[in-house]
Amino acid sequence: MAEVTTDARGLVKRRLGLRLWLSGGWLLVLTLAAVFAPLLSPHDPLSQDLLGGRIPPMFFPGADPTYPLGTDSLGRDVLARLLYGGRIALIVALVAGLATCVIGSALGLIAGYFRGWPDMVISRLIDIWMAFPPVLFAILLIAVIGPGLTSIILAIVVIDWTRFARVVRAEAMAQGAMDYVASAQVAGRTRAGTMLAEILPNVLPTVVALLTLEMGIAVIVEAILSFVNLSISTDDPTWGGMISEGRTSVYQAWWVLVFPLVCLFLTVLSFSQLGEGLKDRFDPVLR
Amino acid sequence: MTDRPFLEISQLTARLKGSGTPLLRSVDLAVPAGSVHGLVGESGAGKSMIGKAILGILPRSVEVATGAIRLDGTDLQSLPPAERRTRVGALTALIPQDPLTALNPSRRIGPQITDRLVDILGWDRARAVDRARQLLAEVQLPDPDRILRSYPHELSGGQRQRILIAAAFAAEPRLIIADEPTTALDVTVQKQILRLIREMQERHGTAMLFVTHDLGVVSKVCQSLSVLYAGKIVESARVEDFFRAPAHTYSRALLAASPRYTDPHGSLMPVPDEVMQAVRAEVAAFDEGRAAHV
Amino acid sequence: MSEPPSDVLYGVEHLHLSLPDLTRKPLLGPAPRIHILNDLSFTIRRGEVMGIVGGSGSGKSTLGRALVRLLEPTGGHVRFDGTDITHLGEGELRPLRRRFQMIFQDPMSSLNPRRTVGAIIEAPLALHGFDDIARRSAEALDQVGLPRSFARRFPHELSGGQRQRVGIARAIAMRPDFILADEIVSGLDVSSQAQVLNLLEGLVKDLGLTLAFISHDLSVIRRLCQRILVLHRGVIVEEAPSDQLFAAPQAEYTKELLAAIPLPDLDQVWA
Repeated sequence: MAEVTTDARGLVKRRLGLRLWLSGGWLLVLTLAAVFAPLLSPHDPLSQDLLGGRIPPMFFPGADPTYPLGTDSLGRDVLARLLYGGRIALIVALVAGLATCVIGSALGLIAGYFRGWPDMVISRLIDIWMAFPPVLFAILLIAVIGPGLTSIILAIVVIDWTRFARVVRAEAMAQGAMDYVASAQVAGRTRAGTMLAEILPNVLPTVVALLTLEMGIAVIVEAILSFVNLSISTDDPTWGGMISEGRTSVYQAWWVLVFPLVCLFLTVLSFSQLGEGLKDRFDPVLR
Repeated sequence: MTDRPFLEISQLTARLKGSGTPLLRSVDLAVPAGSVHGLVGESGAGKSMIGKAILGILPRSVEVATGAIRLDGTDLQSLPPAERRTRVGALTALIPQDPLTALNPSRRIGPQITDRLVDILGWDRARAVDRARQLLAEVQLPDPDRILRSYPHELSGGQRQRILIAAAFAAEPRLIIADEPTTALDVTVQKQILRLIREMQERHGTAMLFVTHDLGVVSKVCQSLSVLYAGKIVESARVEDFFRAPAHTYSRALLAASPRYTDPHGSLMPVPDEVMQAVRAEVAAFDEGRAAHV
Repeated sequence: MSEPPSDVLYGVEHLHLSLPDLTRKPLLGPAPRIHILNDLSFTIRRGEVMGIVGGSGSGKSTLGRALVRLLEPTGGHVRFDGTDITHLGEGELRPLRRRFQMIFQDPMSSLNPRRTVGAIIEAPLALHGFDDIARRSAEALDQVGLPRSFARRFPHELSGGQRQRVGIARAIAMRPDFILADEIVSGLDVSSQAQVLNLLEGLVKDLGLTLAFISHDLSVIRRLCQRILVLHRGVIVEEAPSDQLFAAPQAEYTKELLAAIPLPDLDQVWA
């Protein structure tokens, strides 16, 4: 029987390899592009050129080689805006994703492992939290503290920590029933020590998968909020803002809409695929 | 149906798709109608695999490479899949290992027994329910009507295993495959269930393939047995002969390793390394012999 | 009790353990309690191998977990080497924990899947401030007959018998006075069963251990134990030296248990 599992694992791993490479590759390209945006962009993302509006991208009649992806209706460079928009998307993904993950996972871990009254408190909090409609909640929050990068990140954390808390709690509960936890107690490990040294490593694959998923969600939420003009100031280039602007001129200049949409799609997909891939890769048991 | 065995397996070879790792190595087996044949081996020896190959429920990663499985003279392997399924469905039944997971927890017992009769054999519902009631009485469950209305979680492990036995006999199969049916039960319950299985089997004249790791159980239930190692039958024998003097060294070692409280110093003996090496060498020689032929 | 008190390692008196039955909890008020252990009294003497046998639901595992204080009894006393550990808090138990160890039934679930064998054996040693941890862990592997190179492997890379050896190595590396073995061979094939039993038998002798061996299988118990406790529905129905119990079982339940075991032997009167 041992041979069955090794072989099956070999098969699964090979298939996951490609997925991991593709998604990781796209995210790496995106990160490099975002970091070196000032060097890569041929133009300032904010500078307008009202006479050079709606120039089509490369290989289309009337294209201008200095604007490889064309310009929008105000004559701003689409490539530059895409690169700077990627910066914001990645910052939101990273900061909001990590903050959500740390807060939600910590609460879930405590609830699931310690049970008893900490669980009662945290579980009730999750129930109450989830009864609020999330988008309304976000809009309300931004209305109160004002738009800006921090507000978006805060809104995402406040809405989404329950996602981590719920899943990690269930997982920690299942792991807590395993005998290796009893064994740690027999060995004389403290409760907190057991939680960190024994349970945490075993819920980590799940946390990582959720984290990358959450990063994708953060990118989408940021785009949605920009789309409805609740993000950062309207001048700053964001993918959501670009999509919103591109929508109005889709018949005259489709490229303003399509390029940010494709970037958004690929990024969100890559995050979720990366999570799946990492989860299987880092699990020594391959559940 | 007199002298020809009801179940006859010849040269059955199964392997893992892709890597081609052999899982069953030229298995030959014959079970006469109304007789119980034990399949014994350690975990991974392929004993459950044989039952699954007959029923056509092998995992997707496993393929039958060569060999014939004849039920009442017809080779199942030569039948088209749909015909194979109906034939197997009509002639055989399974008593599974784990009474906890073998019943659907969200459905009442009644339909779980009668569905097969109604859906596959085309009985009308009332007749099927009558049959179920009669069978529950036969497996000595009190108050069959209440049981038919119960959910699995309302019953004990022993009761559930009785229900699975009743369900297995419901359509009067000619062959039952019992896959470690008492491993999950307490020894006192095991005794009752084994007795019941044997009683039912004798009364209905069913042939039975009894998969187990416990030679003690074999000695109580079976008329003949095969000992497997790495998917290869190392010895087939009648039970009287086997327990008096096992022919193969590996069988002897397995018997000496079996627990026997009446003989604390002569049982639970570790299998000697030489025996393990010898049986492994035998399997390797077999593989080489096959490779040479191909 | 004829022995002097210092001879007794574990003294259990009127032990009760009950848990709330949350499935039958009324809307208001406390849940009814399920009584798992009822008024158990017995002693385990130093150097003795005590067998605890019973069917599922007999409370044998609960009793074991109460002995090593994974569970807190609801009544009575458990004394370990003269110290009453019945209601000690985790902090007070910690220094004692080195002295009573446990080997679990399912070696897969009792070994943390994300740690190597070496780390699994060494972690408890580090917690109790042992010196020379690497040497001790390597010696423990020697003692259970596993190659030292196994320290770098993960539990899922081992066979069932090998995993159970790791569980034994983890327990003996602590140089405990007492080991509780809870159904440690019931998941193993007969051939590894015999090997693990032989190993444990040897270690008990060599290290002067006291062992409580929980099993549902009287054949296995007889092989290892000098004295046997028969548990049925949370009550001790019989306690006797091994030979006596098998020669002339007193309790009805013991007789039933013995009669039900299918021996690999055609002459046994069984049906």
